[in-house]
Amino acid sequence: MTGRDGSDSRDTAFNDAELDRRLASVWSTPPGLWGILSTVDHKIIGRRYITTAFVFLALGGFLSLLMRLQLAQPEARFIGPDRYNQIFTMHGTNMMFLFAVPVMQAMAVYLVPLMVGTRNIAFPRLNAFSYWIYLAGGLLLWLAFVLDAGPDIGWFAYVPLSGPQYAAGKRADIWAQMITFTEVSALAVAVEIVVTVFKQRAPGMSLDRIPLFVWSMLVTSFLVILAMPAIVIASTSLILDRLVETHFFNPAEGGDVLLWQHLFWFFGHPEVYIIFLPAVGMVSSIVATFTRRPVFGYLAMVMAIIATGVLAFGLWVHHMFVAGLPRLGQSFFTASSMAIAVPAGLQIFCWLATMWAGRPIFKTPFLFVIGFVVTFVIGGLTGVMVASVPFDTQVHDTYFVVAHFHYVLIGGAVFPLLGAAYYWFPKLTGRMMSETLGRWVFGLIFAGFNLTFFPMHILGLRGMPRRIYTYQPEMPWSALNMFISLSAIILALGFLLFFVDAIRSARSGAAAPSNPWGASTLEWATSSPPPPYNFARLPVVGSLEPLSDHSDDLPVAAGLRVDRRELLVSSVVEAIPEARESSSGDSIWPLWAALATSATLIWSIFTPWAVVWGSIPVAIALIGWFWPKGVPEDES
Amino acid sequence: MKEGTTLDLTDLPPHGLGTASVSWWGTLAFMLIEGTGFALSIVVYLYLMSLAQRWPLDAPPPDLLAGTTLTALLVASLVPNIVLARWARNQDLLKVRIGLIVMSLLGMAPLILRAFEFPAMHIKWDQNAYGSIVWVMLGLHTTHILTDLVETLVLTCLMFSRHGDNARRFGDVSDNTMYWNFVVATWLPMYACLYWVPRL
Amino acid sequence: MRAVSALLIAALASGCSGNQSALDPHGAPAMHVEHLIIGIIAICTVVWVLVMATLGVALLRGRRAGADNAKHEARLTMTVVAAVAATVAIIAGVTIASFYTTRNIGVPESAALTITVRGQQWWWQVFYAGAGAAPGFQTANEIHIPIRTDVHLRLESLDVIHSFWVPSLAGKQDLVPGRSNSVLLRAEKSGVYRGQCAEFCGLQHSHMAIMVVAEAPADYDRWAASQGGDAMTPADPDAAAGRAAFLAKPCAACHTVRGTPANGTTGPDLTHIGGRRTIAAGLMETTRGSLAAWIADPQTLKPGNNMPMVPLTSAELQNISAYMESLK
Ligand code: HEA
Ligand code: HEA
Ligand code: HEC
Ligand code: CUA
Ligand SMILES: [Cu+2]
Repeated sequence: MTGRDGSDSRDTAFNDAELDRRLASVWSTPPGLWGILSTVDHKIIGRRYITTAFVFLALGGFLSLLMRLQLAQPEARFIGPDRYNQIFTMHGTNMMFLFAVPVMQAMAVYLVPLMVGTRNIAFPRLNAFSYWIYLAGGLLLWLAFVLDAGPDIGWFAYVPLSGPQYAAGKRADIWAQMITFTEVSALAVAVEIVVTVFKQRAPGMSLDRIPLFVWSMLVTSFLVILAMPAIVIASTSLILDRLVETHFFNPAEGGDVLLWQHLFWFFGHPEVYIIFLPAVGMVSSIVATFTRRPVFGYLAMVMAIIATGVLAFGLWVHHMFVAGLPRLGQSFFTASSMAIAVPAGLQIFCWLATMWAGRPIFKTPFLFVIGFVVTFVIGGLTGVMVASVPFDTQVHDTYFVVAHFHYVLIGGAVFPLLGAAYYWFPKLTGRMMSETLGRWVFGLIFAGFNLTFFPMHILGLRGMPRRIYTYQPEMPWSALNMFISLSAIILALGFLLFFVDAIRSARSGAAAPSNPWGASTLEWATSSPPPPYNFARLPVVGSLEPLSDHSDDLPVAAGLRVDRRELLVSSVVEAIPEARESSSGDSIWPLWAALATSATLIWSIFTPWAVVWGSIPVAIALIGWFWPKGVPEDES
Repeated sequence: MKEGTTLDLTDLPPHGLGTASVSWWGTLAFMLIEGTGFALSIVVYLYLMSLAQRWPLDAPPPDLLAGTTLTALLVASLVPNIVLARWARNQDLLKVRIGLIVMSLLGMAPLILRAFEFPAMHIKWDQNAYGSIVWVMLGLHTTHILTDLVETLVLTCLMFSRHGDNARRFGDVSDNTMYWNFVVATWLPMYACLYWVPRL
Repeated sequence: MRAVSALLIAALASGCSGNQSALDPHGAPAMHVEHLIIGIIAICTVVWVLVMATLGVALLRGRRAGADNAKHEARLTMTVVAAVAATVAIIAGVTIASFYTTRNIGVPESAALTITVRGQQWWWQVFYAGAGAAPGFQTANEIHIPIRTDVHLRLESLDVIHSFWVPSLAGKQDLVPGRSNSVLLRAEKSGVYRGQCAEFCGLQHSHMAIMVVAEAPADYDRWAASQGGDAMTPADPDAAAGRAAFLAKPCAACHTVRGTPANGTTGPDLTHIGGRRTIAAGLMETTRGSLAAWIADPQTLKPGNNMPMVPLTSAELQNISAYMESLK
C-alpha cells in the first residue's frame, strides 16, 4: 500500500519543465514496432481509427464510382448482376459499418478525453482492442470481396434472400460475421466514452458545463449500447439458421421473415442517429467557435439531443411500411417519425439563432457547416415525406430513398465531419490544413454532391427502383443517370482533393499554435498535438467556456503522482474529485486478445465448434491482459 | 501559459472504490448491454409465440424439475454472494478467499443442472422455431454463467497470489459479485418465460 | 403555395412518359397518393425556402456593435419557440393528411375481382379464380383488369421477398413468403401500365417487370374467356412440328401448355404465351424472333434466371418459336 506514505513523488514538487519531463517518461509510448502494437494512448489509437475510417470512405466511394459507371447508360455490360450486387452491398455495408459509425466514434476517442480534461480514455486497453477488432472486421470484408466472396444481399441482408436456401456459399456469413466485428468494437468504444464522460471529467465540469460535442457522444454511446444488441441477436440467429439449421426465419417451421426486419431496423434506425448525433456535436463546436459566441440555447440543444436519442427507438417500422403490417399501427410510426422533426428543427433553429446573434467568420470548417444546413434540411424534409405511409408506398426502395439517405448521411454527417477535420486537424497533427484548398474542396463537394443526388429524387418518383444493375432503354431514366454519373466525378474530385490536402498538410502544413481558432473548450488548452499526458496539470473548470473566461490563466489542480499513470476520478453530476486513479500502461495483450477473437469469429463461419475451441486462446489472452504485473499502476 | 493552482488533490485516495471506481461503472455498462440482449431474446420468444397457432410448437411444455432446481440454487447462491461482497468491502483477505471458493463451487453446480435442462425442453434447436429460440435462450444464459465462473476462478487464484492483498483486488471481487447478482436476476424472467409461459 | 406546387409538377412531371411513374397516375389509389405527394413536397419546399432565407440573413446581415443584449436574446428565444410551434403544427397537418389518404387506398371489403399474384425469382405467376361459367386459369407476367373496377390483388411469394409496384395505378406492396398481402388496383382509363419488382430479390431483380392491361369490361371478359380455354393446336406445319418438339424436349418438364401433356410448373404457363405483350418478365416484346432468341440462350439474355439453355437444332428452334408465337 505504497500510495499512502509520502514517499511517492507528486507534481506539486516540480517546476513545469521538470514536471513535463517526468510525466513524459511515464506516459510516452515506447518508440518502434513494439510501441505501435502495444500503445494504449487514446490519441494514437484515435488517429489510427480516423485514418482507417477515411481509407474505407475512399474505398467505398471508389465502389460507388463503379456503380455510377454501370448505371450511366441503359443496358450497360460493364458490370454483371452478380458483381453489381456485391458492389452495392459492399458500398452500403462499408460506408455504414466501416466508415460512418467508426469515424464518429474515432473522433470521440481522440477528442472526448481532451474535451473533458483527462489524461486518457477509460479502459485504454479495451480501446486498443476495439481498434484491432475493427481493423480485422474491415479486412475480412474486403478480402472476401477481392476473392469474389463479397456479400451480395444488400446492407440489411433481408431473409430469405440471405438465408440458407437462397444464399449459397459463405457470402452471407461473411456479412453477418463482419457485423459481429463492428458490433464488438463499437460497443467497446461506447462503454469507454460513457465511463470517461461520467467519471473522468475535470473538476468543476458539472453536467451543465459539458461541451455539446461531449453530450452528443454520450447520447450516441447510449444509443450504441441499447441498439447494438438487437443486431447481435439478429446476425447470430442468421448465422445459426445458416450453420446449424435453426428456423428463426423459416416460415415453414414456425419462423418468420419479418422478424429479421424488426430486429434489423430496431438497430438500423438508431444506427442512423448514431451517425447523425455526433455530427450535431461537431456542428455545435464549429458554430460556437466561428460565430464567436456560445451556441444559443444550450439546454434546449441538450434536450433535443436526448429527445432524438429516445425517439430513435420508436421509429423502426417506418422502414417496413410496405411489408404488410397492419395499417393502423403504421400510422403510429408515421406520427413518431414526424415527431423527430421537432428536436431536429429545434437544433437547426438554435444554430441559426447563434449565427444571427454572433459574428460569423467564414473559414473552411464554417463553410461546411453552412453546406450542412442547406443539404441536411433537404434530407430531413424528404425524411418527413417518406415517413408518410402513402407517400412511402410510391417511393420506398426507389432512388427517392437513395436520395434521402445520401442527403442526410453526406449532407447531414459527412459535411460536418469534413468541417470537423479542418477544424481539429491542427489539434490532431500540430499542423494547419490549407485554407485555399479547403475552399476548393468545399466548393467541389457541395456542388458535386447536389448535382449527383438531387436528380435521384426525380428518378425515384419516375419509377426507378434501387438496387438494379441495369435498366431498359425505353425507360425515361437514361439522361438523368448519365447526368448523375458525370456529377459524381465532380464529387469524387472534391474528395480526392480533400485527401490530397490532408496528406500534404500532415507532412508540411503550417505549424499550429495550441488554440488556432480562438476556441473555448478544453482540447485547445493544451499544445497541438497534445503531449502523451494531455495536460501537465489537470484544468479546473468554472464555466461552459473555460478558455474564453481564462484565456491565459486557466486554473489547475495539483497533487497527482508523476511516478505512475495517474488521472482523476470525479463525481457524475458535479464532477467533484473523488479519487486519484491509475490508468493502465501499454500492453500487447489487447492485440493477442483481438487476434484470438478474430480467428475464432472467422473460423466459426465454418463450424460451430470454433466457438468452443476458440474460447480457450481468447480466455488465455484475457487473463494475460488483466493479470496484475506489480507495476505502480496496480498500487492502491 | 502561466497556470494558477486552485485545487489540491494530494489527499485523495490513490484508488476509487464502489461508485468512485471506473471498473464498477464499466461492469454496469456491460450489464446494460447484456441485459438488453436478454430482454430482446425474450421479446423474440413472445413474438414467435404470437405467430403460432399452438405453443409450444410440436412439443409438450418443458419438464419443471431441472429448471426449477437450478432457479432455486441460483437464488440461494445470492446469500453467500452478498456476504462475500460485504467481506470484500471490509477487505478481509481470509474470508474473501473462502467466499470465492464457495462461489466457484456455486458457479459450477448450475452448469451441471443446465445440462439436464436442454433435454427437459423435449425439442431440438433444428426441429422448429420454438426449439431454436429456447436453445438460444438457454445457451445465451449458460455462456454468462460460464464467463462469470471463469472470472471467479481467476480471482480465486489471484487472491491466493502475492497480488491478493490489494484494494483493487477487493474491488474486482465486489464487481464480480455484482455481476453474479446480474446473472441470477436475468435468469428469473427467462425461467418464467421458458417454463411457465408455455403453460399459460 | 399553389404557384409552388404548379412549378413542382412542371419540374417533376416533365416528360413523365414510360407510364411507370408515381407522377403519372391513372387510377384512383395512385391519384390520391399523387395529390398527397405534391402537397407535402410543396409544403416542404416552402419550409426549406424559409429556413434558407433565415440562414442567408443571419449570415450576411450588417451588425451594429453591442447589438446582442438581453432584449435581443429574448427576441431570438421567442422566434425559436415560434418556429418550433410552427413545426409541430405542420407535421401534425401532414400526419393527418397521410392518415386520411391511407384510408382511401385501403382494400375494400368486397372487390369486384380478386387476382392472386405469386412472385418467383424472377417472374410473376398470376392466378384468376373462375367466375361462374368461366373457368379459372393461370398466366404470367401480364395482368388484365377491367377499367373503373376495384381489383383486389392477393400477393404471395414462393421464394424470397418481392414487391409488386405499378406506380401509375397504386403504391407498392411486398410479396412475403409465409404471408399473404393485399393491394387495391384500379385503372380509370384503358392502357398498358408497366410495373417492376421493387424489393431486391437477387440476380435478376432488375428484370422482373409486369404489365397491367386495363381494358373496357367487354374486352376484358373476352380476354378472360379466351385465357380460360386450352391452347389451340396449330394448323401451320412449322408450328405443329414445334409443338411436337416442345413436348419431346425438356420444356414440358417445366412449362404447362393446357390441352397438351406439358404440365411442368417450374416455369410460366405458356398456354397463351403468344398473346402476351412481353416475354421473360418484360425483357422483350413477344415476337417470333425474340422467342427464338430467348429459347436459344436464356442465360445470356437474363443471366442467372432459372431457365436453362436447352440444346436445339436450328430447325427445332424455328419450329418451337413458331409454335410459341401461335399460342395466342
Ligand atoms: C444520418 C442519417 C439519417 C438521418 C438523420 C435521417 C433522418 C430521418 N429519416 Fe431517414 N434514413 C436513413 C438515414 C437517416 N435518416 C437511411 C440510411 C435510410 C435508408 C436505409 C435503407 O433503406 O437503405 C433512411 C430511410 C428512411 C425511411 C424509410 C424510407 C423507405 O425505405 O421507404 C424513413 C421513413 O420514415 C426515414 C425517415 C427519416 C426522418 C423522418 C428523419 C428525421 O430525423 C429528419 C428530421 C429533420 C428535419 C425534418 C429537417 C430539419 C427540421 C426543420 C428545418 C424544421 C421544419 C421541418 C418541418 C416543418 C417538417 N428515413
Ligand atoms: C455514409 C454513407 C455513404 C456515403 C458517404 C455514400 C457515398 C456515395 N454513394 Fe452511397 N449508399 C450508402 C451510403 C453511403 N453512400 C448506403 C447505405 C447505400 C445502400 C446500399 C444498399 O442498397 O444496400 C448506398 C447506395 C448507393 C447507391 C444505390 C445503389 C443501388 O441501389 O443500386 C448509389 C448509386 O448511385 C450510391 C452512390 C454514392 C455516391 C456517388 C457516393 C459519393 O458521395 C462517394 C464520394 C466519394 C468518393 C468518390 C471517394 C473519393 C476518393 C477517391 C476517388 C480517392 C481514390 C480512392 C480509391 C481509388 C480507392 N450509393
Ligand atoms: C428447368 C426449367 C425450364 C426448362 C427446362 C425450360 N424452361 Fe422456359 N422458363 C423457365 C423459367 C423459370 C422461366 C421464367 C424465366 C424468367 O422470366 O425469369 C421460363 C420462361 C420461358 C418463356 C417466357 C415465358 C413468359 O411468360 O415470359 C418461354 C417462352 C419459355 N420459357 C419457353 C421454353 C421452351 C421452349 C423450353 C424448351 C426448349 C423451355 N422454356 C425450357 C423454366 C424452364
Ligand atoms: Cu423480385 Cu425484385
Ligand atoms: Cu429510419
